[in-house]
Amino acid sequence: MTGLNTIGRSLLRDAGILETSSLGKRRAASATRWLKTIRSIQPGLVLSWFVMAVVVLWALFPQWFTSYSATVGVARQQLRAPSAEHWLGTDALGRDLLARIIYGAGNSLSGAFVAVSVGLLVGTTLGIIAGSARGRIDGAIMRGVDVLLSIPQLLLSLSIVILLGFGIVNAAIAVGITSIASFARLARSEVVRVRASDYVEAAFGSGGTFSRVLLRHILPNSLTSVIAFAALQLGWAILTISTLGFLGYGAPPPTPEWGLLIAEGRNYLARAWWLTTVPGIVVILVVLSANRISQSFGRAKT
Amino acid sequence: MTTAINIKSASTNIVNLPVLEISKLAVGYRGSEGFQRVVHEVSLLVRPGEVVALVGESGSGKTTTAQAVIGVLAENGQLESGVVRLNGTDIAGWSQKQLDTIRGRKISLIPQDPTSSLNPVKTIGAQVAEVLQIHRQGSRAEIDARVIELLARVGLSQPELRARQYPHELSGGMRQRVLIAIAVALRPALIIADEPTSALDVTVQKRILDLIDELRREYGTAVLLVTHDLGVAADRANHIVVLKGGRIHEQGPTAEVLASPRSEYTRKLLADAPSLGKARIARTRSPRVSGSDDAIVVGNLVQDFSIGGRRDVFRAVDGVSFTVQRGTTHAIVGESGSGKTTTARSIVGFQRPTSGRIIVEGIDVTNLRGESLRRFRKTIQLVYQNPFASLDPRQTIFQIVEEPLLNFDPLPREDRARKVQAILERVGLPQPVLTRRPHALSGGQRQRVAIARALVLDPQVLVLDEAVSALDVTVQAQILALLNELQQALGLTYLFISHDLAVVRQISDTVSVLHNGRQVDGGPVEDVFQRPGSAYTRELIGAIPGQRNADRH
Repeated sequence: MTGLNTIGRSLLRDAGILETSSLGKRRAASATRWLKTIRSIQPGLVLSWFVMAVVVLWALFPQWFTSYSATVGVARQQLRAPSAEHWLGTDALGRDLLARIIYGAGNSLSGAFVAVSVGLLVGTTLGIIAGSARGRIDGAIMRGVDVLLSIPQLLLSLSIVILLGFGIVNAAIAVGITSIASFARLARSEVVRVRASDYVEAAFGSGGTFSRVLLRHILPNSLTSVIAFAALQLGWAILTISTLGFLGYGAPPPTPEWGLLIAEGRNYLARAWWLTTVPGIVVILVVLSANRISQSFGRAKT
Repeated sequence: MTTAINIKSASTNIVNLPVLEISKLAVGYRGSEGFQRVVHEVSLLVRPGEVVALVGESGSGKTTTAQAVIGVLAENGQLESGVVRLNGTDIAGWSQKQLDTIRGRKISLIPQDPTSSLNPVKTIGAQVAEVLQIHRQGSRAEIDARVIELLARVGLSQPELRARQYPHELSGGMRQRVLIAIAVALRPALIIADEPTSALDVTVQKRILDLIDELRREYGTAVLLVTHDLGVAADRANHIVVLKGGRIHEQGPTAEVLASPRSEYTRKLLADAPSLGKARIARTRSPRVSGSDDAIVVGNLVQDFSIGGRRDVFRAVDGVSFTVQRGTTHAIVGESGSGKTTTARSIVGFQRPTSGRIIVEGIDVTNLRGESLRRFRKTIQLVYQNPFASLDPRQTIFQIVEEPLLNFDPLPREDRARKVQAILERVGLPQPVLTRRPHALSGGQRQRVAIARALVLDPQVLVLDEAVSALDVTVQAQILALLNELQQALGLTYLFISHDLAVVRQISDTVSVLHNGRQVDGGPVEDVFQRPGSAYTRELIGAIPGQRNADRH
């Protein structure tokens, strides 16, 4: 992780712009800066943010986007193909698919947020403890992390769900626990890197106590890449939670959840392709957007 | 081979036809602020067998000029206008493909950093052979034989073994020799040496420069030597070209430039170069503190490091002893790996010595731990070599300098602010700097911040670990002057760690010379310089660049 150095460099460039523009030139400079911002817009990134924004709005205010109910079907409207009335068609119980996807966003997204929060909090804490304590504590924590990493992630999350009981929250916690190992490793390596730097030693050398140096120097400088990683994990968590939902370990029917939607539609694949295809595409789009956004974080900060 | 003959005939027939002629060269880079020209109308000549030194501080455009000649500018660089004539042919507008045919054969480059310039996954032999293969120089067996011959020629012992080794198995000096072997493999007419020795120790630097000199004489090759060290240029070059801000400030025969510099800037460079500077920093002793005694006493210091396994021990420092009087400067000199930094770190209390005695201002450092060690920090402070790494990039300058104050007896906010401002003024930094972050400052300014941070606790002893080595000569001279001034005003004791003997001679009162962890020489600076007590010290002193010319005067 060469995060830091490059942060410095990229900031250096910005600072250069700021300082060379003396008062007189400032207006011209700001105009060119605007031009530059417009030119530097990346369509892919804008699209990703757009997808994310729409999905978040779906999760928060589903009623704005559809008038249909996500759980109550309409009799004699089963398995209708996409039409003006039902934009994405209906399922075997006559429920509007678009409504189910929109209402499902809340379940899938909150699940992903819970999962990432669990991983971020527990994993980063463990990593920071390991990286700053070193010695035996470090060894013990990191060997535990190795054990976690050695178990295939899906198998691990399935086992945890079975232990905790089915349900969307439990599935999210299970997914979060499986990501603890990656967060711990990243956080530890960052802490170790920052600890070895001259400025941390200088801080100790000027009489800093351990906790003060940790709070003032080590944490702020090592958490940037952890945050970027969390954004990446969000996409992964949506995917894994959907997988658990598809396998029947997540939200119980009739709760609309993307993985469950795909699983339910599977039985009608030959007659109603839209039931699996559309939720599948939504999941793919959201995961790709999360990855793209995380990448942009990484580029800005690393 | 044919090229070699060409050169010879050229040099005998038309002596004045230059190997390289640059005229009105302009080079720029596309950046976030649009196109920026960094080299303006540079014109120079390199005649056969001649060494021309391109001298300037960092950012003067010397490397850009050299890169433009050989066509290896960075992606966003562009040769705007001008003529680059190699043996009479203008190559300025040539495509990369065309340039490939002459690179290595007629013109070659010795890069700056021997560590990153060799491919770590290929053997030395394969990398030297590559240039011969590209230009189709005979069969495989012939090439192999030639590789061994070249490696032997650049002074590598056991060339057959070296050819089979990988870059990480060689030292920095040996790697630089390999790069030289690659550069001279096809006996080019011109070698561009871009700071060929900046990353090396002085003694190694001397040997490498001697080698380049020797090969130049043997092959009749011309050398364009890019360097920031006026001492090196004075020793090695026939012609000196002084660059600043991408413009030529002065050029002429070495002796003329050194004896009667025409431009103000050259005069400044000459005065600032520690190896050439006749105007030494006027060292007036600071008045002895009453009850004068020793600020630092180091006795028989030994520092072991365990490596790899359990029982393997590497002895980094082996029986070093010296004392430093209060208010004076003691220098520890040696090459990389001589144990000088280890000694400094033990004295500051960052590591516990294996055995021996360290007493700083009456405090026994070896027994300190916990809170008493933290209290001890007020007595002694360390300034690091690299000001880019020793300042937290997320803090403002004010926070950086304020931090040590927060660690001890808390002062009210206004007092702290006043103290920080006073110390920044003391080290010569303007007020607006306070709210900036380190990345917005130049190297010299950053080092001033580092010194301010060290001084804000009012320590009695300052340890300077290569504190000026990463800076340009001009900036270096400013920082040295600042240190001198601070010492006189505050009665500080300095422990000055350096590999640069010329600087040491300028600033210190006493010196210890370390070699492989052992102290080989020590005493007052002038004694050691006039009557070196060991062969190693003599070698170190002999390797200081800039002496040949001093003798000539």
